[in-house]
Amino acid sequence: MTVETRPLISAKNLWKKYGNNTVLERININVNAGEFITMVGTSGCGKSTFLKMLLGMEEPTTGELLLDGKPIPNEPDQSRGIVFQQYSVFPHLTVLENVILARELEQSPLLGKLFGGKKQKVIEEAKALLESVGLSHAIAKYPHELSGGMKQRLAIAQALIRQPRILLLDEPFGALDPGIRADMHQLILKLWREHNLTVFMVTHDLSEGFYLGTRLWVFDKLRRDPHAPEAYGANITYDLPVTRKPTQMPEELKLS
Amino acid sequence: MKRLINLTPSKPTRWLLGILPFALIIFIYIVASDARLAENATDKLLPSFGQMGETLHSYVLEPSKRTGEYLFWVDTFSSLKRLLLGVVIAAIFGFTFGLLTGAIPTFYAPVSPLLTVVSLVPPMALLPILFIVFGLDELSKVALIVIGVAPCIARDIQRSALEIPQEQIIKAQTLGASSLHVLLRVYIPQLMPRLISSVRLTLGSGWLFLIAAEAIASTDGLGYRIFLVRRYLSMDVILPYVAWITLLAFIIDWLLLKISQKCFTWHHQGAH
Repeated sequence: MTVETRPLISAKNLWKKYGNNTVLERININVNAGEFITMVGTSGCGKSTFLKMLLGMEEPTTGELLLDGKPIPNEPDQSRGIVFQQYSVFPHLTVLENVILARELEQSPLLGKLFGGKKQKVIEEAKALLESVGLSHAIAKYPHELSGGMKQRLAIAQALIRQPRILLLDEPFGALDPGIRADMHQLILKLWREHNLTVFMVTHDLSEGFYLGTRLWVFDKLRRDPHAPEAYGANITYDLPVTRKPTQMPEELKLS
Repeated sequence: MKRLINLTPSKPTRWLLGILPFALIIFIYIVASDARLAENATDKLLPSFGQMGETLHSYVLEPSKRTGEYLFWVDTFSSLKRLLLGVVIAAIFGFTFGLLTGAIPTFYAPVSPLLTVVSLVPPMALLPILFIVFGLDELSKVALIVIGVAPCIARDIQRSALEIPQEQIIKAQTLGASSLHVLLRVYIPQLMPRLISSVRLTLGSGWLFLIAAEAIASTDGLGYRIFLVRRYLSMDVILPYVAWITLLAFIIDWLLLKISQKCFTWHHQGAH
C-alpha cells in the first residue's frame, strides 16, 4: 500500500462560531482517500455543522478546511455527493429520471435535459446503477410510491452516478426499520468499496458507527462553563481507528 | 348510537343530501314565483322558469333585432376572451415574479417588499386610472384582471417556492446543477401544479374584476348585459346569465383540475 503524500481532507485549527455561540473549536484532522469516517455525538455537538462545512453550506469562522490542499469550495458541487435523512430525492421525477438527472445536468449545460440517443445512453448507465442498489423493479415509480428504505437506495444511486470522490451521509438510515437498516449497511459498504469512495457519515447510533466506519469520531465539548454553556465549542474527543474485527470500546463511551 | 362526529353517511345518502339543498331552493323559488305571478301576471321580480326559458331562447337562438347578433354567444365570447387573456397574462407575470423571488435571494430583496405593497392596493380603486391611461376599450378591462390577480399568484408561487426543502436545492447542486438548472429542473416543474391551483383560487376574483369592468364601461359581455337589463328589472335575463356564469366558472375550474391531475400525477397522489 502506498502512503498518500497529501491527505484528501484536512482541517487546520478550525473554529465555527455563530455569533457568541462556539460550535466547534480547534479541529485538527487529516483524512485520506478511501476512509469511511463515522461521526457520533450528542445533538448540537457540531457533527452536522462539520458535515455542512464539508458540503460547502457553511464556512469555517477561523482556520482552514482543505480539499486536496486547497480551501474547500464554499458552495455545494459535484465533487461531494450527499444523502440526507429525508427530502433527498425529487418528488416530481421517477426513479429513473432522478438518477439520470446528474448526467443530464452534466451533458446539457443550458437546459439540463437530454433527448434521443444521448438520453438512451445515460439511461443504460442509470439502469446498471439502479440494479446495483436493488431498485431495477421500480424504475418507473415516483418517490412517494417507494418505502423509506427504497427512497434512500434511490438517493444513494442518484448521488453516485456522477462519481463524487466524497460521499456525505447525514443520518441516512435514522428513520428506517432495523431490518432494512442492516440491508442498507451491506449496500453502503459494497458501494464504498466498488466506487473507491471517501465517506463521512453522521449517525446517532454508536454501534452503527463502529460497524460501518474505518474511523470513528466522537464530537464532544472538552471544556464546559456551566454559566455560559455556549462559550466553548465541541472538539473531536475520540478519533478511533476501527477494524472490521471487534474493537475495544472505551469504557466512557459504553456508559453514554 | 355512535357519536355524531363518528357518523359518516353512505355514498348514496351523501349524494341525496348533496342534491337536497339545490332541490329545496328550486322548490321554494317555484312556489314563491307562482304565488307572485298569480297575484300579478306582469310581476318581474320572480319570473317563472317558462318565462326565463323563452327569454333565454331568444337570446341564444335568435339574432338581435337591433344588431343581428346572437347576444348570448357574443357576450359569452367577449367575456371569456377578456377573462382568459387577463388570467393567462396574470399567470405568466405572477409565476415569473413568484419563482424569481422565491428561488433567488438577490431577487427577493428588492422585489418582495414591492410585491407585498402592490398586492395590498385594492385593484378596483385603480380602475379609474386604468380607464384614463388605457382608454375604455379591451385593454383596461384585461389590465384590471391582470393587476387584480397577478400579485396574488406571485405571492402564492413565492410561498410555494420557499417551501421546497432546501435539501433538494443542495442535492441538485451536488449533482452539478447551475442556477438555471435548479430553476428549470427543480423549481419550475414542482411549481407548475401549484400555479394551476393558484389560478383556480384566483379565478373567482378574476370574474369579479371582469364583471365590474364590464358593468362600468363596455358594449358587450356577460357583466355588461346583466347590468344593462337591470334598468328594466329583467330578472328573466339576469338569473339565467348568473347561472350561466356560474356554470362557466365551474367548467373552467373542473378543466384546470383535470389538466393538473393528468399532467402532474405525482402531485395529486400525496407527494410534495
